[in-house]
Amino acid sequence: MVTGAFADRGADLELVGIQKRFPGFTAIEHLDLVIPAGSFFALLGPSGCGKTTTLRLVAGLEEPTDGRILIGGKDVTTQKAYQRPVNTVFQSYALFPHMTVLENVAFGLRRRKITDARSLAHEALRLVELDHLAARRPGQLSGGQQQRVALARAIVNRPALLLLDEPLGALDLKLRRQMQLELKSIQEDVGLTFLHVTHDQEEAMTMADTIAVMNKGRIEQLGAPEQLYDLPKTAFVANFLGQSNLFTGPVLGETSTSITVDVAGRGIVVPKARSHRHAGDVTIGVRPEKLTLHRENPVADSSHNVMGPGRVRDVSFTGVSTQYLVAVPGIGTLVVFEQNRSFGPVEGEGDEVWLTWNVEHGFGLDDDPADWETKFVADTSTKSIAAQRRATLVTELEEA
Amino acid sequence: MTRISFGKWLLPLYAALALIFLMVPIVYTFIFSFNDSLKSNITWRGFTLDKWLHVCAVQNGAVCQAFGNSLVIGLVATVIATTLGTMIAIALVRYRFKFRSATSLLLFLPMATPEVVLGAGLAAQFLSLGVPKDMLTIILAHTMFCISFVVVTVKARVAGLDPALEEAGRDLYGSPGQVFARITFPLLLPGILAAALLSFALSFDDFIITNFNSGAVTTFPKYIYISASRGIPAEANVIASAVFILALVLVVTAQVSSAARAKRQAGLG
Repeated sequence: MVTGAFADRGADLELVGIQKRFPGFTAIEHLDLVIPAGSFFALLGPSGCGKTTTLRLVAGLEEPTDGRILIGGKDVTTQKAYQRPVNTVFQSYALFPHMTVLENVAFGLRRRKITDARSLAHEALRLVELDHLAARRPGQLSGGQQQRVALARAIVNRPALLLLDEPLGALDLKLRRQMQLELKSIQEDVGLTFLHVTHDQEEAMTMADTIAVMNKGRIEQLGAPEQLYDLPKTAFVANFLGQSNLFTGPVLGETSTSITVDVAGRGIVVPKARSHRHAGDVTIGVRPEKLTLHRENPVADSSHNVMGPGRVRDVSFTGVSTQYLVAVPGIGTLVVFEQNRSFGPVEGEGDEVWLTWNVEHGFGLDDDPADWETKFVADTSTKSIAAQRRATLVTELEEA
Repeated sequence: MTRISFGKWLLPLYAALALIFLMVPIVYTFIFSFNDSLKSNITWRGFTLDKWLHVCAVQNGAVCQAFGNSLVIGLVATVIATTLGTMIAIALVRYRFKFRSATSLLLFLPMATPEVVLGAGLAAQFLSLGVPKDMLTIILAHTMFCISFVVVTVKARVAGLDPALEEAGRDLYGSPGQVFARITFPLLLPGILAAALLSFALSFDDFIITNFNSGAVTTFPKYIYISASRGIPAEANVIASAVFILALVLVVTAQVSSAARAKRQAGLG
């Protein structure tokens, strides 16, 4: 039982060879992960990728089939949830409806027999600016207020590790942004280790120091948000964290600093330092906002890759930027984001355009193209576009 | 015009008639608890408070004895049935085990079986096991049929309880015992209380199963049934009226306090 003193700082979390099987399916295949003390770590992935299971394993609400869990270097694998120095902010908040807000927040302190639980609970409520509602029941609070009570109830215990299970999912967009910033500043204030599980890539990028992108029970890539965005390692990361235009082709030639890839007859140059593979068939990509549209065939230039001509198929104005879908024969449909520096969209549907991007902005994936060629080669047939739209819609609906 | 006034009067009239129809036996019982009766309590012989003041005087206190037996049986059976039934309900909702759905189904059987069959079956079983019929056999019989009602009532409450609440309790350093005492039990309490009240009412009221399994012990319903052949004493009316008034007071108090609570919460929110 955890009693007496608080953890004075966050602790490392270490997962060693974790595997979790449920009857009928494997939620986590093999997971090795180290989260350094004091960091804000996000586990990002689509629903069913094993991120919530990972969180529940750390909290002690599930037992791993195999592997070990260490908190601050101490093996806690066999400890029960109530014995671990870990607290969770649940997705549904799970506030006790029969207790006041203050009793909710003091619950953990009372179980650990900590003296002056009341004043500590008031202090935690002041931190989330809800002390004036201490006597209310959770049912009398708004969603955002409930979320903050759930947070106060967890951090008041000063756990070595705070687990957040999509805690902002139920809030509306504006409140969510506000809470993201608040959470981040609270984490910096109290200096705890935060492990945040989410399917919202923007949320993960705003808040976390380090993001691990999870897919099908494995970690695809781990790193700082900028690093993951600039140099995605796999097609999954390239498309889950923002959008990407991906092309596959054989390497035609190489210099000491770059490789040239044959994409439907065009040589596309990628710096070696930004490509995980340097020979054979490779998949390269570029982010939509790095592309520039031209009305005329641009002059060839060694510092830029050129693609085109293509036709603008769709223009959507989103305020800050405009999104173009450009169909390039033999290659597929490319997504382009243009900042609306002056006024609205400059190109119209059906216009003929060329695309360029700085050679330095391309990246090469680590994936073996043979593994997913059929899945990711841009396919412009209406059938596959329809299938793709449906797939995204289905995932959206599942998440909603 | 005529149609409108006709419709306007029909519904209240119908409601009033239905209410009178329901209330007549109760009012009759209540009025005749004040009858200055002799051996039988069928004709009105004048008003007296004697029967209310000396309930236990008649027949060496047989009425009160029977009433006391019913109270004891009802309380004991309720406590046992509520405890066991609540445990079964939690197990049925929270855990997956072999024959879980079969258990659920079998628990329905005592509710669906005619009481005569249950009573006779139990009596035969006690006889073949050589168990003498007394208070114990009545309590066993009542506990048996009350459990079903408790399970059904509490199960609904458990199913509505978010498992994340108990997980949050464990996450916040609550041992399994503390989580049950401070989270699960208080949240189930309204359901458990309702189940207990239902159990007590069913047990207190039961005649058929009791009659088969009581031997020489007399419960209140059994006493009334037996004395009906030679005239029910007014003291029985007194006890019946008192129970009715007690129930009425409880219901009204509960209604008023919940209305006041709703008003207070609306004021806060």
